[in-house]
Amino acid sequence: MDVFSYFNYWVVIALMMLGFYIVIARGNLVKKLIGLNIFQTSVFILYISAGKVSGGAAPILADGIALYSNPLPHVLILTAIVVGIATTSVGLALVVRIHAAYGSVEEDEILEQDAPC
Amino acid sequence: MLSLLVATAVALIRVRGLLASIMLTSVYGLLSASFFVIMDAVDVAFTEAAVGAGVSPLLLLLTVAIVGRKEAAPAQGRRAAMPILLVTVTGALLIIGTLDMPPFGAADAPVHQHVAPYYLEQSGGEIGIPNVVTSVLASYRAYDTLGEVLVIFTAGVAVILALAPPGQRGSFRLDDSSATPFVPNTIVQVVSKLLIPFMLLFACYVQFHGEYGPGGGFQAGVIFASGIILYGLLYGLPTVCRAIPPPVVEVLAAVGVLIYGLTGVLSLLGGSSFLDYGVFADDPVTAQHIGIVCIELGVGITVAAVIITIYYAFARQQERGRS
Repeated sequence: MDVFSYFNYWVVIALMMLGFYIVIARGNLVKKLIGLNIFQTSVFILYISAGKVSGGAAPILADGIALYSNPLPHVLILTAIVVGIATTSVGLALVVRIHAAYGSVEEDEILEQDAPC
Repeated sequence: MLSLLVATAVALIRVRGLLASIMLTSVYGLLSASFFVIMDAVDVAFTEAAVGAGVSPLLLLLTVAIVGRKEAAPAQGRRAAMPILLVTVTGALLIIGTLDMPPFGAADAPVHQHVAPYYLEQSGGEIGIPNVVTSVLASYRAYDTLGEVLVIFTAGVAVILALAPPGQRGSFRLDDSSATPFVPNTIVQVVSKLLIPFMLLFACYVQFHGEYGPGGGFQAGVIFASGIILYGLLYGLPTVCRAIPPPVVEVLAAVGVLIYGLTGVLSLLGGSSFLDYGVFADDPVTAQHIGIVCIELGVGITVAAVIITIYYAFARQQERGRS
């Protein structure tokens, strides 16, 4: 078994876990969104890696090319990126509102203010 | 390339302070865009370069300008150990899972067996345009794309709703009296002023050449919006609001979705199924061309308008915070 053939997948997992770690371990809401972004990009890389064919060309039809990479993952990820930025900005808008209401974007301080005592 | 990506992500964890994190996010976006080029996904790389390296760090910066750039120290001791343990276990399980996956780049992997060969072999004859990604996006899978455009539109509406000041009716108007005077930075302004027309022109090229080369409505929309946003950053919000009034942009976002939807309804009225372009012309290939140009236009208008709207909403929030 060729170890390098799995390198892409392992990088995806590493990136995914780094993003996951930022989301659960950091209290700052903006930082959490950055972590979520990394997580999201790792999924993009997984799809694009799966669509690659060794020796294939970009899926734009031209004479003299027989082998193309798979266009389907490209379509999915292309739209996912733009949808991703739109939803991230909704998250950021909520962060701005939370800041206006609590005066803080740190999870601990917000939870403290919410504590019923 | 991938190792560089991992290095950036690790640096992102270690760095304290949101400003530095955002700069690293931008680097990360650019690196992943380059990676997509290597992987033959040129359309995706286009989008990622504009979104990941440009628009997304910019919105983060605007947010940080509102909420402050300080970041609290991470938890120490037992509370810090728990996430690391969780992440390690999940990662290890996923790596075991990859061992069953087909080797990277194999042409006979299951993912290449289903509909992809059909698209690659038939789209040239059926749709008549070289860029298979555009064929799939705008014709074979036009339903999905309509859904995604609607999601983007909804996100734009959600941002407007979330950031609107209480009691506001209709679109916002910037009252010049309250706005803080804008401090110009002459050198950057002069240099960028030369760039902006070319950015907008390039966006139009990407929009209308998307069938023949990499490009299309999504990429063009993002590039166009970043040109406008650059103008806003350099000359201040009031100037860009005078050039492109926010109510117009908000209406345009809806118009884009409407163009897309109407294309579908027109094909219904022509006696065909929803978003089946066959009715637009006698020659099926010409009909496909007309349909694809229409909906790519709708996508481009919506994406550009929504991103500009989101920028306006954040920038105005920041302006109000200052005054």
